[in-house]
Amino acid sequence: MTAIKTCCTTLLLSCLVALSGCDSGSVEVIGGPVAMRKISAEQYRNIIADTFGSRIEVSGRFEPANRRDGLNAIGTSHVAVTPSGFEQYEALARSIAAQVVASEHREALMPCQPVAQSAGDDACTGEFITHYGQQLLRRPLTESEVQLRVANATLAAADSGNFYTGIELALSSLLVAPDFLFRIEEAVPAPTPEQPDRQRIADYTLASRLSFFLWNRGPDEQLLAAAARGELATDEGIQREVDRMLASEHLAGGARAFFYDLFMFDQFDDVSKDAARYPLFTRRLADDAMEQTLRFVVNHLIAGSGDYRQLFTSRELPMTRSLGPLYGIPVRSADGWETSRFPDNQPRAGLLSHGSFAMLHAHPGRSSPTLRGVFMREALLCQTIPEAPADVDFTLFSEDGNAQYKTARERLQVHSNEPSCNKCHVLTDPIGLGLEVFDGIGSYRAGENGAAIDSSGDFDGKRFSDPVELGRAFAENELVAACLVENLYRYAVGRPELNRERRLLRQLEKQFAAANFTLPALMRDIALSSGFRTASPARESSQNQQAATSNAAASADQFAKAKETI
Amino acid sequence: MAIITPRHMPRRTFLRGTLGGAALSVGLPFLDVFLNTSGTALAATGGPLPQRFGTWFFGCGMNPARWNPAETGADWALTPELQPIAAVRSRMNVLSGFSVLLNGEANQVHRTGVFGSLCGGAPKTADSVEGPTLDVLISDQIGTRTRFRSLEMAATGSARDTVSLRDVSSVNAAEPSALALYNRIFGAGFTDPNAADFTPDSGTLLRKSVLSVVAEDRQRLERQLGSSDRARLDQYFTALRQLEQQLALQLQKPPPLAACRVPESAPEALPADTEIGNVRRNHELMAQTLALALACDQTRVFNMVFSDRASSLRMPGSADTHHTLTHEEPRDSELGYQPGATYFVLQSMEAWASFVATLDAIPEGDGTLLDNCLVMAHSETSEANTHSVVGLPFMLAGTAGGRMKTGLHLNGTGESASRVGLTVQQLMGLNVGQWGTDQNQTDRAITELFS
Repeated sequence: MTAIKTCCTTLLLSCLVALSGCDSGSVEVIGGPVAMRKISAEQYRNIIADTFGSRIEVSGRFEPANRRDGLNAIGTSHVAVTPSGFEQYEALARSIAAQVVASEHREALMPCQPVAQSAGDDACTGEFITHYGQQLLRRPLTESEVQLRVANATLAAADSGNFYTGIELALSSLLVAPDFLFRIEEAVPAPTPEQPDRQRIADYTLASRLSFFLWNRGPDEQLLAAAARGELATDEGIQREVDRMLASEHLAGGARAFFYDLFMFDQFDDVSKDAARYPLFTRRLADDAMEQTLRFVVNHLIAGSGDYRQLFTSRELPMTRSLGPLYGIPVRSADGWETSRFPDNQPRAGLLSHGSFAMLHAHPGRSSPTLRGVFMREALLCQTIPEAPADVDFTLFSEDGNAQYKTARERLQVHSNEPSCNKCHVLTDPIGLGLEVFDGIGSYRAGENGAAIDSSGDFDGKRFSDPVELGRAFAENELVAACLVENLYRYAVGRPELNRERRLLRQLEKQFAAANFTLPALMRDIALSSGFRTASPARESSQNQQAATSNAAASADQFAKAKETI
Repeated sequence: MAIITPRHMPRRTFLRGTLGGAALSVGLPFLDVFLNTSGTALAATGGPLPQRFGTWFFGCGMNPARWNPAETGADWALTPELQPIAAVRSRMNVLSGFSVLLNGEANQVHRTGVFGSLCGGAPKTADSVEGPTLDVLISDQIGTRTRFRSLEMAATGSARDTVSLRDVSSVNAAEPSALALYNRIFGAGFTDPNAADFTPDSGTLLRKSVLSVVAEDRQRLERQLGSSDRARLDQYFTALRQLEQQLALQLQKPPPLAACRVPESAPEALPADTEIGNVRRNHELMAQTLALALACDQTRVFNMVFSDRASSLRMPGSADTHHTLTHEEPRDSELGYQPGATYFVLQSMEAWASFVATLDAIPEGDGTLLDNCLVMAHSETSEANTHSVVGLPFMLAGTAGGRMKTGLHLNGTGESASRVGLTVQQLMGLNVGQWGTDQNQTDRAITELFS
């Protein structure tokens, strides 16, 4: 409490915004080793837009993300570049560089003018490389990095008789550089008597950690300048920058990127539905359903500074005309988004009632209570659902060959009668069945095959009768907020927490509660936490093994695994 | 930061001796010099025909009792589920009875069978694979002198549906459509080997110089990294080198290839999803495009995924997928098998037969393109209902340039599938005598297949 007082006298304003941020210093842990994290497709686009403006098109494909421990953000610390992936990066680099030097853009984008267009100009080339290199690589370039590129540009300009050919090559070489495509983190020794191995995250690395975490984009000039002055290494300096970043319009994009990852929305690329069973389903519907959920979450948590738990109970949601029929809602706006509410005659409330979840966690031709249950347990409650055993005798499902179970509940009843199934399905099916009134794309239905759907069940000791009550039970379950803390921390540092960081997570959970479960406060606490700002020496595989494993089964192979559960 | 002046330029530049001072519209003799100094040998004109290796994957296996032939050797009777390959059976071998031995590890559903077969050992945990897969091993040997080291394709329309990886952090994503495949191969950067004139694109040399700039900086980065990250950086530079080699190839006139026919137009854009009709059409166009790419020697290694692991194939209007049917559909008491799931087994075999026929339709040398290929069809299970990895289905098509006999059925009687993998490597000319790990280690190739 002393810490809070001292802090609040000096930083009163921040304390009002986020009381919890002030005692973040009370749990001191050393974070895990620094990583080499591949930038995501979205981050790539953001960096290009921030550096060259939105008129420069980024048109090309990116390799699929690699999900680990439930998050693509953790996969970025493991994934490499394949030959075909590199081929795509090189093509993108050429296309971007060609656009930047094209006559319609070059005037606005060149920081200097060459002495003559028909020959090299080392001074101007160097200025170009230094200026854009810092933005793209998120740190000042070394002298040799600049030299190499100037030399190559000079030769190319001389040979082609065109200054801009050299510029184009220099820019291409920045865009395919490993330190552009990866965030290669650095830490510097910062020992204390008790912790001789302690390192602190180096200034420019910390700037990137902050900006990719809070904004999902590269650091802006101000943040790089703070890093250059060494200010991020001080509590006041980093707090000032974090508070500035939390006040930025980019915060919404940062929050959005986290939930896109957590909700596995990259898998929307592969969602397809049977046209005869779901005539309403179109690519547009899927895109809008995903966008609807992201808008809802970001509006509530960022614009509205809302309580995270209310995401499970809110009846409001953004709506487009294409989504109207899915929810049975008339939509006035012909295009664009309007704020709407779930219809009163449907038992819908909160995220779990969104079309996006219903369609993502289902089969092409039907719903799947088990897939939905797995998602809720793993992504929202941070629990692990083991792999299905390989040798299950699935003929149990309908050995007599003719019994036609009408509802999913009847079909899944078999699971709970069979011990080898029940162990896992007792976790997934009851809550998944609570959402059975939403079909494979999320339309409401009262019955299936002529039989009424029973949405009642038990969620970890709490009875519910329909999705509204299930949403309320989620909002009231302590694990829900704790799981968000865990996932957001993992997302921020790009790895599962180490055992020694568990203490920090408990502290962050308390702070999250004290801040009324508001997301910006949690983001602030994580960004200022010791685990985020420090590191232990080089990552070795044995240390990876130490990582907490609560979510370990949600692995690189999650997608295939998810399909296995039926 | 100081602006760098020319006199500070490092002498180890990349355009050194090539671009420096010379006009870019360089003539061929000059290029020959360039290529020789960079160590990339010119492809021999009139030399032996290129040999190719490919995999063809289908999900959820088959019904052993209906798929496995009873007789071994050359004189075997077609079984119900091999009926679709009747027209091409003489062009391939059927291998039954080869298994992934679990070595005490859990059978990880829909993973152990495929990665056990392709990597020579059962994966130990749910998120590990002891790569590389066979195709990567082989492409390291034969894939470095073509424009593409390998081509991955998924008829299911998802870039994620791939079985090719160097390791768990380096998974080769698939081309999701025939059109994307076509554009990659026959779009920018393609040179018709049979064109009368050849003008090297000056831009290619410039692109190469960009890669050299990046490669110059490698040591600084390596010093910064821990061991696991250094391995990933190595993979980055492997990928970069592969592109350098591609570009080097584009600077020389390719030797004429009589079999090469450049497609006149791009394939149509098709709906890409897991509905069986769409998958079949997408697969057919991909196979045709791939066959032309092989004939034009754009790649020597490929991986075709017809259906994904835990097959998502489905019939229009159905609530089920191939995969869910294998687990949930009742066994028809008269037929003795699951008719709905089995429909997709037959579809897979039909697609495989058409794939083989597509390669066989292109004349090359004294025979066909297929003669200079070795294509391994495989799945992740035998009986999918129980995820069995015992007696996995394998088929080897083509003759690997006359090295492999065809028309045989052999029964592995439960021995490790590594024997198939070792055989394939030896047929492709790899100097390897032993392959696989633990129980799946073998030094016994299936010599009955060698000509």
